[in-house]
Amino acid sequence: MGVKVSMTVNGKKLSSDVEERTLLVTLIREHLRLTGTHVGCDTAQCGACTVHMNGNAVKSCSMLAMQAEGADILTIEGVAAPDGTLHPMQAAFKENHGLQCGFCTPGMVMNAIDFAKRHPVAGEQEVREGLEGNLCRCTGYHNIVKSIVAGSKAMAAGK
Amino acid sequence: MGAPLIGARIERKEDYRFLTGAGQYTDDVVLPGQTHAVFVRSPHAHAKIRSIRKDEALKKPGVLALFTGEDLAAAKVGGLPCGWLITDVNGQPMKEPAHPCLAQGKVRYVGDHVAVVIAETLEEAHEAAEAVHVDYEVLPSVVDTASASSKGAPQLHENAPDNTCYVWAIGDKSVVDKAFAGAAHVTRLDLVNNRLIPNAVEPRAATGAYSRADQSYTLYVSNQNPHVERLLMTAFVLSLPEHKVRVVAPDVGGGFGSKIYIYAEDVVVTWAAKQINRPVKWTAERSESFVSDAHGRDHVTVAEMAMDKDGKFLAMRVHTTANVGAYLSTFASCVPTILYATLLAGQYTTPVIYCEVKAVFSNTTPVDAYRGAGRPEATYVVERLVETAAREMKLDPAEIRRRNFIRSFPYQTPVALCYDTGDYEATLDGALKLADVAGYAARKKASEAKGRLRGLGYAAYIEACGIAPSAVAGSLGARAGLFEAGEVRVHPTGSVTVFTGSHSHGQGHETTFAQVVADRLGIGIESVDIVHGDTSKVLFGMGTYGSRSIAVGGTAIVKALDKIIAKGKKIAAHLLEASESDIEYDRGVFKVSGTDKQKMFGEVAFAAYVPHNYPHDKLEPGLNENAFYDPANFTFPAGTYVCEVEIDPDTGKVSVERFTAVDDFGKIINPMIVDGQVHGGLTQGIGQALTEGCIYDKDSGQLLTGSFMDYSIPRADDVPSFKVDTRETPCTHNPLGVKGCGEAGAIGAPAAMMNAITDALGVKDVPMPATPQTVWRALQNKKAA
Amino acid sequence: MHAFKYHRASSANEAASIVARNGEARFLAGGQSLVQMMKLRFVSPSDLVDLGSIKDLAGIKADGSGVTIGAMTRHAEVAGSAEVRKAIPALAALAGTIGDRQVRNMGTLGGAIAHADPAADYPAAVLGLGATIHTNKRKIAADDFFKGMMETALQPGELITSVSFPVPKRAAYMKFKNQASRFAIVGVFVADTAGGVRVAVTGAGPCVFRSKELEAALSKSFTAQAAAGVKVSDKGLNKDLHASPEYRAHLITVMAKRAVQSIA
Repeated sequence: MGVKVSMTVNGKKLSSDVEERTLLVTLIREHLRLTGTHVGCDTAQCGACTVHMNGNAVKSCSMLAMQAEGADILTIEGVAAPDGTLHPMQAAFKENHGLQCGFCTPGMVMNAIDFAKRHPVAGEQEVREGLEGNLCRCTGYHNIVKSIVAGSKAMAAGK
Repeated sequence: MGAPLIGARIERKEDYRFLTGAGQYTDDVVLPGQTHAVFVRSPHAHAKIRSIRKDEALKKPGVLALFTGEDLAAAKVGGLPCGWLITDVNGQPMKEPAHPCLAQGKVRYVGDHVAVVIAETLEEAHEAAEAVHVDYEVLPSVVDTASASSKGAPQLHENAPDNTCYVWAIGDKSVVDKAFAGAAHVTRLDLVNNRLIPNAVEPRAATGAYSRADQSYTLYVSNQNPHVERLLMTAFVLSLPEHKVRVVAPDVGGGFGSKIYIYAEDVVVTWAAKQINRPVKWTAERSESFVSDAHGRDHVTVAEMAMDKDGKFLAMRVHTTANVGAYLSTFASCVPTILYATLLAGQYTTPVIYCEVKAVFSNTTPVDAYRGAGRPEATYVVERLVETAAREMKLDPAEIRRRNFIRSFPYQTPVALCYDTGDYEATLDGALKLADVAGYAARKKASEAKGRLRGLGYAAYIEACGIAPSAVAGSLGARAGLFEAGEVRVHPTGSVTVFTGSHSHGQGHETTFAQVVADRLGIGIESVDIVHGDTSKVLFGMGTYGSRSIAVGGTAIVKALDKIIAKGKKIAAHLLEASESDIEYDRGVFKVSGTDKQKMFGEVAFAAYVPHNYPHDKLEPGLNENAFYDPANFTFPAGTYVCEVEIDPDTGKVSVERFTAVDDFGKIINPMIVDGQVHGGLTQGIGQALTEGCIYDKDSGQLLTGSFMDYSIPRADDVPSFKVDTRETPCTHNPLGVKGCGEAGAIGAPAAMMNAITDALGVKDVPMPATPQTVWRALQNKKAA
Repeated sequence: MHAFKYHRASSANEAASIVARNGEARFLAGGQSLVQMMKLRFVSPSDLVDLGSIKDLAGIKADGSGVTIGAMTRHAEVAGSAEVRKAIPALAALAGTIGDRQVRNMGTLGGAIAHADPAADYPAAVLGLGATIHTNKRKIAADDFFKGMMETALQPGELITSVSFPVPKRAAYMKFKNQASRFAIVGVFVADTAGGVRVAVTGAGPCVFRSKELEAALSKSFTAQAAAGVKVSDKGLNKDLHASPEYRAHLITVMAKRAVQSIA
C-alpha cells in the first residue's frame, strides 16, 4: 500500500514512503516531525495547517501528500532566516501582539505572507477579507489585522 | 535599573517559539512506542446498550486493545467527580448521578463515550472503531432546557427525579415580592442565554504513559490546571498515589474554560497505558470537540426589575432554568448559582434581589464554565433589564445607570458579595466619550440615508474574579481550596526561575509574571523565566480560570519574592556587617541606609550558594522560597461597553460598526496584553450575540451544529477594530492592586450587542444569536404586527 | 480516511479509462471537497485518479466571443486572470469569492462543477452564462448539466476537460453567505447575454437553477427596480438551520436586485 513521495520542504529535498491516504499535513507533522503546522479542524476552515506550495498558501489538511509530489513546500519552520532572525511578518506579529495561545499563529503567518506578496499595501478591510480561511479564538483579530498591515509594509519595504 | 516594568508594554517572551513553529502542544509530543486511541461514541441522544460486539474489531490489523464500560467497572475505575456541592432550597444536596468514563449500560447524549479502541496507528484505530458493533435500544430524549423537567419528559437518571439536579435560591423572596408590589414600574424580560461551544482552536488531546520501572504515570494533556487534574484523577477516579502521577499541560492552544475539567478521555488513556504497557495518545478531531468539550451558558430566564417613578431600582426577581447537560461536569453546579446569582446586583444599589435557579439534566453534552462562566449570564440579565427599563421609562440609558450606581465602597450587595472598590461613573463617562456617543445621531441619520437601521447599546458589567477565598468558597460548597502557589528560585548567579501554579494558554504569563518579578527584584526581565504546567516541576497549583492568574497566582509569587528579599537582607546585613533592620532593598541593590555600603542582588545570591562568609548560625544557605496565597476577597473588575450596529433590513445582516470598551482592571501589568485579552473576550461575546448558536434537534437529540460548517465562531470580517481604554481603581486587598481581565469582554459584550440590536430594530427582544435570518424574521414580525 | 489506491494520470484519456474500469474510483482534481469528505469518512473511493499532472487540463484561453477555462484551472488563477477580468469580469469576481484564499489556490473549476454542491458558486456562473461543458466524450450545455443534489449529466468515467463561457453584454454575481461555512445561502448570477437575460440561482435549491420569474422581469427592464418587484416562490427551496425557504426566496430577489444594481 505504500507509495513514495518526493518534494522539497523548507529548501531540503526529501522523499518519503507513505500510505496513499496520507495527508500533506500528516507527512509534515508525523513523518518530518515539523510540528509547527497544526490541525485545528476537520472541515478545512481553521487554516492552522496553512503552508506554502510552490509559493501559494494552501491548507495542508485538505490535500494528499501525493498532490504535493515534486512541489516546493514551505512550512512555518522555514520562514525565519537561517540565523534565527524573524521574517518581517513574524516580527510584525510579535511587535503588534498578533498572537496569544499561538496555535493558529503558524497558519496565520503563512497565509499573511502569501497575502502580503499579492497585496503589499492592503488596508484593514482587505486584510480581514483575506483572513476568511483562518480562525483565531484568542485575539479577536484586532492585533492580527494590525500585524498583517504592518508586516505587509515591512515586506514591501524590504524588497 | 531602568524604568519600571509593571505597567510597561513589553513584547512577549513566549512569542518567538510560537512564531517559528517551536511551540510544543500536547499533540506535538511523541512518546516512544506510542499507540493511538479512538473513542466509539454514541450516535444516539439516549439509549440503552443491549450489547457490544468486540470480535470483529479485535481482529482488525494493528489493534492492541478494546475497552468498554464493563472493563472499567471491573477495574474499579471511578466516575468523574463534580467539584462543587450545591445545597438545594430544602437543605438537600444536589443530585449527583454517576458520570462514568465509558458508558455503563446507557448512553445519555450524542458523543457519550461507549468504548475505546487502541491500535498501532490512528487509521487502524479508526477502522477498528467502525467495526465495534453496539446494539442500542433507542430511548426518547429531551434536549430542551425549558421542558427538561416538565412532566412526562424522558428521565435521564434514576436518582434525579424530574431531571432536576437542584433548585437553589438566594435572597428573601417575600421581601422582594413586597418591593415589587409597591413599585411604580416593573420591567420584565424573558431571556434565553444561548448554549455555546467553546472551540479553542487547539482540540483537546491527552497522551498517557506508564512506567513499570517505578509504577509511575505521566499524562500530557491540553489542560488549564494540571494539579487539579492530577488531584481529581488520583483521589477520585483511579485511586492512584498522587506522587506517582505526573501531569504535564505543555503549550495549550486556548482554553476558555473548556480545558479546566477532568474528562473521560484523560482518565481512559492514563488507565489504558498501564493495561497495554505502552503510551496511549488521543487527539480530538474537531467534530469530537463539538460533542465532547463541555459547552457553556444555556439558561432560560424570566427576569424582572422593580423601580420607583424616577427609575431608582427597588428590587430584582429572577427565575432561571440552567441546563447542565447529561452529567455534572467538574464545576457545572457552581456556574449557574455561585458565579451567576451573586452578580445580579451589577454596578447598582438594588437593595433586594431574589434569584431562583433550577438546574436540569438533558440529553446534551455536559455544560460547564465557559469564558465568563455565570457572569455573562448575570450581566445579560441585569443590563438587558436596565436598558429596557430606560426605554420603557423614557430615560437616557446612561442616566438610569447613573441614578443607580454604587458610589461608596466597600459595598455589601444583597447577594453575598462585598465589592472592595470601583468607580463606575468613570468607566461610563470614559466609554461615552471614547465611543463618541455625542456623534451618534449624525451617524444614525447617515445609516438611514443608506436604507440601513442603526442602533446603540450599552452594558455596564461587573464580575467577580480572583476566585477565591477558600473559606468562603468552602462554605458555599466548593470541594477544593482556591489558593495559588508560587516558588521563586534564585540561581547562584542571580538569574531567577519562577514556578507558578497558574497556567498560561494564551494569556502571556511568561511575560507578565516575569515583569512582576523583574520589577520587584529590580533585575532585568531577561534574567527571569516562568515555568508552569508540569506537576513534577511546580510545587502545587489550582490553575487558571475565572481571570484569577495575576490576582491570585501573581500574588503568591509576590509573597515568595517578599521572602526572598527578607532573606537577602539577612545575608546582606551579614556581608555588610550591618544590622538587618538597617538594610534597604531598592531595585536590585541591598543598601545600608544612609551610607554608600551596598551589595548587588547577584552578589547576595552568590553568597547564598557559595556560603564561605555566611551567617550559618542563623540562616540556611540557598535562596529559594515558595508561598501559597489564599485571597481575602474576590476582585471586582467592571466597565462600560458601548456598541453601535448597523442592520441591513433587506437581509437581516448585522454589522458591528463600533465597539468601545472602557474597563477598570485595577493596576495593569502589561497594557498590550490586557488590550489583547479584551479584544478576544469581546469577540467571543460578539460571537454569542451574533453568530454562535448551538442547536440540538428536538426529536432526535442530534447536535445539528456539530462542525464549523454550521457553528460559526467569528471570523476576522465579523468584527471591527475595537476602541479600548482603562480606568484604574486598584484592588484593595492584594499587593499588586490587580483585578483580572481575561473574561471581561465576553461578559459585557452580549448585552451591549443585543441592546444595540433591539434599539436598531425597535423591538423588546431578539434571541441570540441574532443571525441574519433571526433579525429578518423579527423585522417581518414587526411589519406584520 | 479509508484506504484507496492512488493513480497519477498523465492524460485525460488515461484518467478516464482508469475510472471507467472501476465504478468505485473517483477523479481527484483540487480535492478541496473530496479530500474533506474522505477525511470525514463520508465517501470512500476504491481508487483516486489524480488529475494534477495533466498539463493540458489547465489554462485559460480567451477570444472575442468567449473564454475557455481548463478543468484543472485553480480558482485563484481565474480570479487573477487579466483575460477573464477583461472578458467576463463577473466570472473573475465570482472565482475570487469561492471558499477562502487557501481553498482558491487548490480548488478547480472542473472539480467544483463535477461535485455540484448545491451551495457552490461556479455552477451559478456556468448556468447563468449558458456555458458549455467539454468532456472527454462530448459537449454538454449548461442547461443540461446540473441534474439535482450533487448530481450532474456526467456519466461514469466521463471527465470534464474544460468549460467555455460566452462573453455576455453584462453580468454580475451577488451572494449572501452562510455565516459558518461561508458557502452561499443564496447566490444569484445575472447575465444579459446575446440570447437574452439569464438568472441562475445557487444555494437555494437542490442544485443551481434558473429563475424564470426574474428572467422575465429583467428581460422587460434590466433594472434593479424590476428585480426588486419580483416575488420569488419558495416552493422547493432548501430548508436548513440557516435559512427557511421563505427567507431564501426573499434573498433571491434581494441578491438579484443588488447584482443588477452593480451593473445596470
